[in-house]
Amino acid sequence: MTTTTTREPAAPDSRTPGRAARILADRRLPVLVTAGLFLVMYAVGLSRYQNYGFAETQVFLNLFIDNSYLLVAAVGATFVILSGGIDLSVGSVIGFTTMFTAWLVEKQGLPIVVVIPMALAVGAFGGYLMGYVIQNFEIQPFIVTLAGLFLFRGLCLVISKESISITDSTVSSMAQAQISLGGGFLSVGAVVSLVVLGVAFYVLHHTRFGRRVYAIGGNEQSALLMGLPQGGTKIAVYTVSGFCSALAGLLFALYIQSGDPLHATGLELDAIAAVVIGGTLLTGGSGYVVGTLFGVLVLGLIKSLIQFEGTLSSWWTKIATGVLLCAFILVQRTMTSRRSP
Amino acid sequence: MAEPLPVLEMTGIVKEFPGVRALSGVDFRLFPGEIHALLGENGAGKSTLIKVLTGVYSLDGGTVTLNGTPVRFHSPSQAQQAGISTVYQEVNLCPNLSVAENILIGREPTRFGRIQWKRLRREAAELVDRLGLDIDVDAPLSSYPLAVQQLVAIVRSVGTGDSDGPGSGTRVLILDEPTSSLDRDEVLELFALMRRLKDQGVAILFVSHFLDQIYEVCDRMTVLRNGALVGEHLVRDLDQVGLVQLMIGKALDQLEELHDHQLHADVGESLLTADGVGRTGRIAPFDLEIKKGEVVGLAGLLGSGRTELARLLFGADQPDSGKVTIGGRQVPMSAPNDAIAAGVAFCSENRRAEGLVPDLTVRENIVLALQAARGWTRPVPAAQRDELVAKYIKALDIRPADPEARVGQLSGGNQQKVLLARWLITQPKLLILDEPTRGIDIGAKAEIQKLVVSLSEDGMAVLYIAAELEEVLRLSHTIGVLRDRKLVAKLANGPEITPTRILETIASGEHQ
Amino acid sequence: MTTTSRWRALSRHHLFWPVAVLVVLLLVNVPFTPDFFSVKMTDGHLYGSLVSIVLFGSPLILVAVGMTLVIATGGIDLSVGAVVAITGALTCSYISDQADQDALSGVLLAMGIGLAAAVVCGLWNGFLVARMGIQPIIATLIIMVAGRGVAQLITDGQIITVNSEPYKLIGGGYWLTLPFSIFVVAAVVAVTVALTRRTALGLLVESVGGNAEASRLVGIRSRRIKIMVYVFCALCAGIAGLMISSNTSAADGNNAGLWIELDAILAVVIGGTSLLGGRFSVGGTVVGALVIQTLTTTIYTIGVPTQTNLVFKAAVVIIVCLMQSPKFRAKVFGGGRFGGRRGDRQAATPADTAPAPEAVRTMEVS
Repeated sequence: MTTTTTREPAAPDSRTPGRAARILADRRLPVLVTAGLFLVMYAVGLSRYQNYGFAETQVFLNLFIDNSYLLVAAVGATFVILSGGIDLSVGSVIGFTTMFTAWLVEKQGLPIVVVIPMALAVGAFGGYLMGYVIQNFEIQPFIVTLAGLFLFRGLCLVISKESISITDSTVSSMAQAQISLGGGFLSVGAVVSLVVLGVAFYVLHHTRFGRRVYAIGGNEQSALLMGLPQGGTKIAVYTVSGFCSALAGLLFALYIQSGDPLHATGLELDAIAAVVIGGTLLTGGSGYVVGTLFGVLVLGLIKSLIQFEGTLSSWWTKIATGVLLCAFILVQRTMTSRRSP
Repeated sequence: MAEPLPVLEMTGIVKEFPGVRALSGVDFRLFPGEIHALLGENGAGKSTLIKVLTGVYSLDGGTVTLNGTPVRFHSPSQAQQAGISTVYQEVNLCPNLSVAENILIGREPTRFGRIQWKRLRREAAELVDRLGLDIDVDAPLSSYPLAVQQLVAIVRSVGTGDSDGPGSGTRVLILDEPTSSLDRDEVLELFALMRRLKDQGVAILFVSHFLDQIYEVCDRMTVLRNGALVGEHLVRDLDQVGLVQLMIGKALDQLEELHDHQLHADVGESLLTADGVGRTGRIAPFDLEIKKGEVVGLAGLLGSGRTELARLLFGADQPDSGKVTIGGRQVPMSAPNDAIAAGVAFCSENRRAEGLVPDLTVRENIVLALQAARGWTRPVPAAQRDELVAKYIKALDIRPADPEARVGQLSGGNQQKVLLARWLITQPKLLILDEPTRGIDIGAKAEIQKLVVSLSEDGMAVLYIAAELEEVLRLSHTIGVLRDRKLVAKLANGPEITPTRILETIASGEHQ
Repeated sequence: MTTTSRWRALSRHHLFWPVAVLVVLLLVNVPFTPDFFSVKMTDGHLYGSLVSIVLFGSPLILVAVGMTLVIATGGIDLSVGAVVAITGALTCSYISDQADQDALSGVLLAMGIGLAAAVVCGLWNGFLVARMGIQPIIATLIIMVAGRGVAQLITDGQIITVNSEPYKLIGGGYWLTLPFSIFVVAAVVAVTVALTRRTALGLLVESVGGNAEASRLVGIRSRRIKIMVYVFCALCAGIAGLMISSNTSAADGNNAGLWIELDAILAVVIGGTSLLGGRFSVGGTVVGALVIQTLTTTIYTIGVPTQTNLVFKAAVVIIVCLMQSPKFRAKVFGGGRFGGRRGDRQAATPADTAPAPEAVRTMEVS
């Protein structure tokens, strides 16, 4: 028999990759790296600002309180990015929700319990529309959500050009509610954001929908040929993101106690950065929502470290975020180029 | 062998595309527990037949019966539900998910909407186990080589819709070129799996370009040519020479002959030598010499390595062994630029994806190679450019003769001529033509062949690839014969070299 | 030649639709502002709605022209807004440190420093895209995020004001009765057209964006081309940054050029250049940028509250994109009528029954 191959016969152990390779190829590695980074940064903070109260539990818990809205928005962005898309409308939807809520509560006198479901429905519907256009007309998510960005920011201004502060007593009592925890407390917003995180984790890892999100992000063409109903999944992903953005907007309104047409401008960049720093591949299909939590915490920690440093100005946050983003993108790039055959 | 009823029977299948009859009345049947090869050259209608069968295309005529019941599928998922699964050459799985998920995604066991991971892993492991494979279902798919991914794809497709055991749901398994990027051990493992499935009563339709593999694993074969059925034979009844003859056939009768063409004798000194050039998984290391004014033809079946060889000589793919010397200088071949600088030109067989820029005009497409060589700072002067373009539009009779026409709107033959013109104005020393006559009308075919003759008379070396043996034979001074990704023979053309002789070489892989 | 065929030839011209939209938008103004088209001469300067549309649209035109080349290669540059901010910040902070802010040499040096920074940003983007092979949208996101921080770092978080006559000229001065920025824009557009059409750069850019693999096989060094267009795009953004900061005599690291990348992309798309890359039209982009600026002006003149500007813009984005989507055209118009040059890219020849690779051409953008 003539040989049909030109390659050496595969070594018997080629099936089971070596241990080092296996660890490097493990998709949990980026999350661990981010978690490690967080711990190192926290340790640095402890050693430098020990005498300024950095070690207090509340400083740690404040990371959750001050970034609750970012976490929720980033969780929504995680769905979109895992599916291989991108959502630029996040910040605008958040801004819109703050305006919408403040306007309904303050100017129209609606009770907040009625306003909350309305705001969430509007956000989710906006996301649904964007997903619908992306799926059915095959327009790039980038450009569709860009239109969403314009639309919602415009709607903010249509409601009012001025900031509306929220003085409703129910809202302020909600905003001031503290849930004590060990040596400190969490705000309602922080608790909600952690619940959202938990739900997102469950959905992504324990439901068919969640797995379809990963499948589409891994290889859209294959997902189609495997008979998965990807159209619905794509639309659903953007709906989830719209919903999360609206919820983040509510938390933001609660946190700031006002609606402002310029609230959360550019927050989508922070959300995307948190997702990427959390180890999710921007090309989709790989990553964990837990990583997003660490991404958000790292960004939050940068902010509070800069505050504690005192001499550093706030723009270092942006620069540090950009540098981290760059580092993670380059690492991702080298990882994916090794993985692909 | 007493023949049971066929599990699948297709009769009188007709499929038409605007202007083309892709399948004209093809009959095809598939018996349970057999491996059936579907064979044919490019454009014979293999993939169209498979797509009609799996519901990707709707059929324009004929009937399909499955287990005696007429069926008509409108989508691949319908076909899948009826028990017809397909595994393509490119693994259509999600590399980022675990093996177990890939096997079961879309039908994961759930309880109250929650995926039962333990059960999922167990079921996947059982499936893998019962098919006699040894794969860790928890590992991500991407941690396995392509061959294993292919096996996983088969496990997934036979597992589809089965309730009583593996393969019970799948009655027909279509394997479309699964072996083209596997090495020998991997192929053996795939064959072992195919035989196990066959023993379980699954009918397997196997498409492969490797003749040895067909003779090794298949029971029966159906040969198509030009959209029509040429024959159905038991593998043991038809030898390789007979098969190759059936596949290539005599489709050239109506082609205008080059009247008593004598190959010109003024072949000059050596231009290009390849020493042990090869690339793992594409083509085995080969030696080849091309002289000035010489036409070297490559003969072989589709997938035998013709294109792969040409791409290595152009640097379109980088060789991982051997060296290429052009005009006495070794060329690194790290990118096409190296070969282009040395005077090599390459017209890809895949005009649309690798040749033309469909949005640009005829003129722009023609000057592209010349311009690329000059760099962006030195544009070809407009007067010279227009003159060159007009000259080649006239010389090659490109229609419409409008340099402003968008190249995407031209017919296949004219697109091919645009590509030729693009390279001819760079005055290459070696012109590589990969299937320049495929998919174009007979008039244009003859013109291109005449052009090749006159170019070689002017001292240009040509590497000519064509599916039709007569075409290669008529034009070439030397014929390289390829078989199963290996250059098996280099024959000097002469009276004793006949199509039959080449056929025998292709079929046997041996030469004296 | 009959009038109908002449009309058909006209309506097929690639600038027809962008120009038609622009004309309609301009005409909408007339009932509200009867002297909309009149141009008055006051103090030796020309004034009028048309002049101010071009004046206010100048930075956008500059950025969009640079963006056109990037998009033509199949890429995208999100960092231009940040580059605008960095350039303005560097230049203004250098000028404000000068003892004599009116010294021409100091101003020129300051502008040189600012533009050099822009070029560095462009090189970085080009490096990431062409050398590292990172998707353009991701690669340019880095400077988009970090760049504003850098700009604020340069200005120390303040809004730096300058008081320099020579510098004021670029964005707010007049020359030969017209705003000087119009001359700057004209020069940049002329240079761009010359650079792309007088040399072979335009052809090679369109080839790389139109079919990357074919371009590789024809020997085009696409890496160099890509790096070049990112640098050029950043340089255009830098000039726009000078113009914006000169116009306000101030550098605002936070708000200068905010969202200009999105407007620029929109201008390119309206101008008829596909986001998929390939054929581009600098003229179309200029018209596209003018459409966006006119839209803003129109909203203002017809008395619609200015805050709805963004809503209109969103509507324009969606309409333009839907019109470019072959699927939408097929659904709404049943194909054919609007089957412009984008449409027939999808029409793979039926003879090649193998799936046409360009049909599954994925976009580098998303």
